[in-house]
Amino acid sequence: MKTKFQWRPTPALSALNAVAVTKNLFRAAFALLALLAAVGVQAQTNLEVNTPAIAALKNAMQARHAQLAPYYASGAVGIARDGSIQLRDANAVPLAQRQAVNGLVAAENGDRAALYREVARANGHPEWEADVRATFGQRWIDKAQADWHVQNARGEWVKK
Amino acid sequence: MRGRLKSVGALATGMSLAACVTINIYFPAAAAEKAADRIIDEVWQLQKEGAKKTDTQPAPIKQQ
Repeated sequence: MKTKFQWRPTPALSALNAVAVTKNLFRAAFALLALLAAVGVQAQTNLEVNTPAIAALKNAMQARHAQLAPYYASGAVGIARDGSIQLRDANAVPLAQRQAVNGLVAAENGDRAALYREVARANGHPEWEADVRATFGQRWIDKAQADWHVQNARGEWVKK
Repeated sequence: MRGRLKSVGALATGMSLAACVTINIYFPAAAAEKAADRIIDEVWQLQKEGAKKTDTQPAPIKQQ
């Protein structure tokens, strides 16, 4: 190996150097991969639901629930399987209130659709929207009060 | 030389990120159910004893 005043790596030396650096890089990459995998697992144990959009939808739905609750109780409005609500028995609503109830149901379903979309989007997977909707659809029914009307697996309305 | 090392590094980082995306591509059903329960409890103001705190929400009125 010849030495010059100004050091310059020979091809063999720089190849050796490159191997060492590459080894370190791979080690760093592996550490990074492990970290990201851990973050990925962490993300799976909890879905992100604390975004301003989701909070706003929750507040709107919570306020609307006070108005909808009597109609759930009377059976006029039922909890559908697909994560929405439906006016299932218009006759249970006095004529004067029908317009208002229809408006409430439409507004609620609009917010619910937005909620499912936002939850999927907040977690970086807009394509999860249908899965989110299906999950909510089941949980709304599971958590419905005992005298409310819910849709069973065959799409029939039953009193819980 | 340096450019090549940089590109190796970039490739490694890209591969790890791709691996992470692959890991997380399936719908996390259990986590979704938990998230749904939290949101439904707040919207319907259901209070479970021993449940987690309801942050940023006014004290729920028990009405059953």
